[in-house]
Amino acid sequence: MSLETPIKRAPAQPGAAVAESRLIYRKPDVLLDRATHYCPGCGHGVIHRLLAEVLAELELPPRTIAVAPVGCAVFAYDYLGVDFVEAPHGRAPAVATGIRRVRPEAFVLTYQGDGDLAAIGTAEIVHAAARGERITAIFVNNGIYGMTGGQMAPTTLLGQRTTSSPAGRDAPSMGFPIRMTEMLAQLPGVAYAARGSVGDASLIGKLKVMIRRACQVQIDGGGFALVEALSNCPVGWGMTPQESLEHVKGPVTEAFPLGVIVDRGAVDRAAHPNPEA
Amino acid sequence: MIDVEDLTASRRARVLMKGNEAMAEAAIQAGCDAYFGYPITPQAELLEWMARRMPELGRVFVQAESELGAINMALGAAATGARVLVSSSSPGISLMAEAMSYMAASGTPMVLINVMRAGPGLGGIGPSQSDYFQATKGHGHGDYHVPVLAPASIGEAMDLVATAFELAERYRTPVMLVADGILGQAMEPVELRFRTPERHAFDWALTGAAGRPARIIKSIDLQPEVLEKRNLALQHKYRDIARHEVRWEGWQLDDAEFAIVAYGTAARVARTAISRARERGLKVGLFRPITLWPFPTHELARLSGRLQGILTVEMSSGQMVEDVRLAVEGRCPVAFHGRMGGMVPTPDEVAGALKALRAKAARR
Repeated sequence: MSLETPIKRAPAQPGAAVAESRLIYRKPDVLLDRATHYCPGCGHGVIHRLLAEVLAELELPPRTIAVAPVGCAVFAYDYLGVDFVEAPHGRAPAVATGIRRVRPEAFVLTYQGDGDLAAIGTAEIVHAAARGERITAIFVNNGIYGMTGGQMAPTTLLGQRTTSSPAGRDAPSMGFPIRMTEMLAQLPGVAYAARGSVGDASLIGKLKVMIRRACQVQIDGGGFALVEALSNCPVGWGMTPQESLEHVKGPVTEAFPLGVIVDRGAVDRAAHPNPEA
Repeated sequence: MIDVEDLTASRRARVLMKGNEAMAEAAIQAGCDAYFGYPITPQAELLEWMARRMPELGRVFVQAESELGAINMALGAAATGARVLVSSSSPGISLMAEAMSYMAASGTPMVLINVMRAGPGLGGIGPSQSDYFQATKGHGHGDYHVPVLAPASIGEAMDLVATAFELAERYRTPVMLVADGILGQAMEPVELRFRTPERHAFDWALTGAAGRPARIIKSIDLQPEVLEKRNLALQHKYRDIARHEVRWEGWQLDDAEFAIVAYGTAARVARTAISRARERGLKVGLFRPITLWPFPTHELARLSGRLQGILTVEMSSGQMVEDVRLAVEGRCPVAFHGRMGGMVPTPDEVAGALKALRAKAARR
């Protein structure tokens, strides 16, 4: 696929000569031509697109084996044209570990929501990170269980109303939101951990840089890489898409600060040798 | 630890091996590419054998964070077409039920060994057969079965490990092999004869979509019409397995008036009881299912027509006896003797139960 395909563009002014133009931006082939099942205004579509662009730019699709979660992104394989296996709820990092170990040449990816990664799948994500599995995890945090109708997630903000915290999340009985990415970043097996956001075009650009880096460290043999994408759920939050994006940029980002939390580039396994060996 | 390479090289016909280690080595010789496990008694030696041998051979060994982790690593590795083994014992097997359901639904081949211990709950570490229902009636959620192989000796266990991989790949299904604490922990002389099932190219394996359309391994389908079709295909596969893969062994059945139905370690006890009963003139034989699912229903039904009674012996409260009764359909009385909690029936107890069965049959 060439990005340099010349196309004809309509003249800017009547009577002006038809200008030769270069195509500089197009949908990557790995993003399939299908209408998604996501709700209007949902951030998953944007994150799929960013991931597809990065996979295409790094020429990864032919060797990618991806793991689909349980949650809103359960049908991710309908939109990304790479080999996919479905994982039971929360188990994607374990499934990815199995793939990684028997297919050293593969590019291994998980795509998980906050219910999947930060609640039911905490053991699997922590230990995949602790082992420094050479996998890339895309963690979409929209603070809610969208697929099942908007229940409280471990990342739901204090005070936030959901169908299972109808009076708002209160710390005494429902505890506090979990910052998974900071927790995981402490582990020496983690080569890269960052949090971005789909809040606006500029943030989306920065998020893409993070996703690209999280893929690159795997290619370079770095270790475990994670990108958390703060996303929205207009339907679950009871907001318009625009309101929900403002909410992401406001209170959600206050609770989950943006930035690269750790970039070790590569896990220094030599710094932790087996004393017996 | 026994050095298998040395022994094989020295061509010693028979060596003393522990069941867990023999099954592990049989899997290695069957071409197992990856093993995932988590420590639990009484199968820990299997994991330990793999921890040493698999890296030695450049193959994959991972001690997972839990049985959930182990079985899902197996799911991932098996989805790429690798030959994968997982082992555990009863409480750990319960945790694996979820992924087994997914693998059965998505047609992911894998072998799972359950070295059964006594339950329920944490129970004890003694030998047991109380996971028969769990193994044969579906294990996890949804309409599915997995083939279940039940060896009665360490030598047979080694052979059935290779069979398990064959069945898994032939039918694209998880396969379970059920042993118990005795088969796992005891040492027996075994012949170092191994089988390596032939490798086939899989048109479903996830290898990266280079030069071909992307492949998807999944179980979800939200359209009832489509999901029912998938279920029907699964049931068709199970009928196929039931037609072609039933395995059982008969012993001293030719002139038998009574039969004991037992599998695994219970069948070993039954043989001793049968020998003693025959010395006293009671014509009794052994019907030993080797596949617990598919159960040898038709074979047992045929046999039951000419028997005066059947005694089912299990290390459980009576689980397989339900399948025995469904097969026999009242053609002869079916009695049960079982022990639980890690206790093993003695030949004397079994002889006593046989005597009671004969008395009952005489009164009919």
